Amino acid sequence: MELVCPAGNLPSLKAAVDNGADAVYIGFKDETNARHFAGLNFNNKQIEQGLDYARTRGTKVYIAINTYPQPGSSAKWETAVDQAAEYGVDALIVADIGVMDYAAEKWPELRLHLSVQGSATSHEAIRFYAEQFGVQRAVAPRVLSVKQVASLVEHSPIPIEVFGFGSLCVMVEGRCYLSSYVTGQGPNTFGACSPASFVRWSETDSKLETRLNGVLIDRVNKDENAGYPTICKGRFKVNGKTSYAIEEPTSLNTLPILPDLLRIGVAAIKIEGRQRSPAYVATATKVLRAAIDSCIRDPEKFLPEHAWLSQLTSLSEGVQTTLGAYQREWQ
Amino acid sequence: MAVSIENASSRVRLSLGPILYQWPKEKMLDFYRTIESTPVDIVYLGETVCSKRRSFRYQDWIEVAERLQTAGKEVVLSTLALLEADSELGYVRKLCNNGRFTIEANDMAAVQMLAGNTRFVGGPSLNIYNPRTLGKLVSLGLTRWVMPVELSKSVLAGFQKEMPARIESEVFAWGRLPLAYSARCYTARAHEVSKDDCANCCVDYPDGLMLSTREDENFLVINGIQTQSASVQCLVHESNDSATGPNILRISPQSENTEHVISLFHQARSGSLKATEAAYKLERFSPVGLCDGYWYGEAGMAACGGAGGP
Repeated sequence: MELVCPAGNLPSLKAAVDNGADAVYIGFKDETNARHFAGLNFNNKQIEQGLDYARTRGTKVYIAINTYPQPGSSAKWETAVDQAAEYGVDALIVADIGVMDYAAEKWPELRLHLSVQGSATSHEAIRFYAEQFGVQRAVAPRVLSVKQVASLVEHSPIPIEVFGFGSLCVMVEGRCYLSSYVTGQGPNTFGACSPASFVRWSETDSKLETRLNGVLIDRVNKDENAGYPTICKGRFKVNGKTSYAIEEPTSLNTLPILPDLLRIGVAAIKIEGRQRSPAYVATATKVLRAAIDSCIRDPEKFLPEHAWLSQLTSLSEGVQTTLGAYQREWQ
Repeated sequence: MAVSIENASSRVRLSLGPILYQWPKEKMLDFYRTIESTPVDIVYLGETVCSKRRSFRYQDWIEVAERLQTAGKEVVLSTLALLEADSELGYVRKLCNNGRFTIEANDMAAVQMLAGNTRFVGGPSLNIYNPRTLGKLVSLGLTRWVMPVELSKSVLAGFQKEMPARIESEVFAWGRLPLAYSARCYTARAHEVSKDDCANCCVDYPDGLMLSTREDENFLVINGIQTQSASVQCLVHESNDSATGPNILRISPQSENTEHVISLFHQARSGSLKATEAAYKLERFSPVGLCDGYWYGEAGMAACGGAGGP
């Protein structure tokens, strides 16, 4: 089971490599990837340095080109594909059919992974990408229970990668327009959810309010922690009651079900968080590495160590974690 | 309502989208009986949101499809947007193999089942964002596509420039916008139960369940595992046929007054009512107000009143 770790910059890439990543995934400094944040990602020189650092130490490098070009802008995505191919990266992580069609035609030897943004939740959808473009691995959206992941692995024509830790998208990835509905910019069209330029924090006498393009997402007491105003993690009124109507600020953590993921044949586990710090990448990678190694040694007796869990929780949104859709009760 | 079907070839056509909510069986039967005599040209039928909704079974859909076809409608069967269980794949396969009615594929699994065998419609939850993607799907049998709701008028114009003329484009012209799908059921969550214990509680919300901000702004609508806009998107201004505009306008069913909405769109496309007047009259059929920001390349919730930027 491969451990795939995020890197939004060179120090994070080194942290991932040094702490036991089997593969690191990165993106270019533009809207061709789904973490298009100011100050994040790699220019050409940084990619070369990163590739050199990772290769010397036997770690693979994947490049995410996983957003959706629109009429007139495809050339930018095609240039990104060409550059990644020329660097000889180990795989491209892609979501758009047009981008895949281009990559498969121009660079037939280049390994393609279907991004979670490709939104393929069944073996039939995955079969489409495998047959049409020779995609060799698919990342499963965070909407399936463990039993459904097992069925997916069993019937899929190609290996399956799943999310193991990090921020939790509660909507099926690649088909969520909440951010663009409020701001005009979303993951598919801009490469970011709830872009920072639309975020406002404001104080009233006793409260702290967070807004996204003017829409009140949450209001907390001044002594409480105000989370980033992602729409799905806000507090709203439904049937007269105010609550986290969609999801609480929380992160996904799969350590408790690691033996299940191993047993059902998941090929790779991914850590979310290219937008996070090198310290986050170092800790999350180190914990997942230790947990996976321990699980592979003796899956029957595997129990997550208390220290691992507390370290992951301290990195989590809202300082709490969940198994998300893997667990039926969550749904 | 009297219907006249005149010079249907050159003007914008009207479609009725699939019912996105859970209604009781009798209400659905009544609804489609009413639709038979409305001037919509195309009717999409089927459950696209949640497989636990079973007011209508396969045979019920086929019977309604036959009646609508007899009434002169083009009928298309729509598939589920988010597939998780193997049983859901089985049902999509059954629809794809129906042998009589065209399928609207709302997920790539349905595309995989149809590709190369039969022509199909690409639904609004397929990620078709550029002409190369559309071209690939056309090569596999796509003959019509519904643009993702977050894309704009100028994006559609960009497609039209590169698209074969025989491929029809359809846009979501009336209704609460489908914005997201999840494994979790938010209607059940509002009732403090999990999806497995939902008891089909969404049947109590025939136009979805309002989610408002803490400033009492109507924001989103919960519809089981789907999240929608609270505002209704209205694109009645696109009723006049143009080289770069849509060929088909989709009206999404609502629990009341859908036939009046259809009538106003029909008057607008026939030229018997100005689009601005139609929009004014349509507003009273929207539960909480109109939006059209996506169409003008702005935030989807923005209300440009059919007069956004370029």
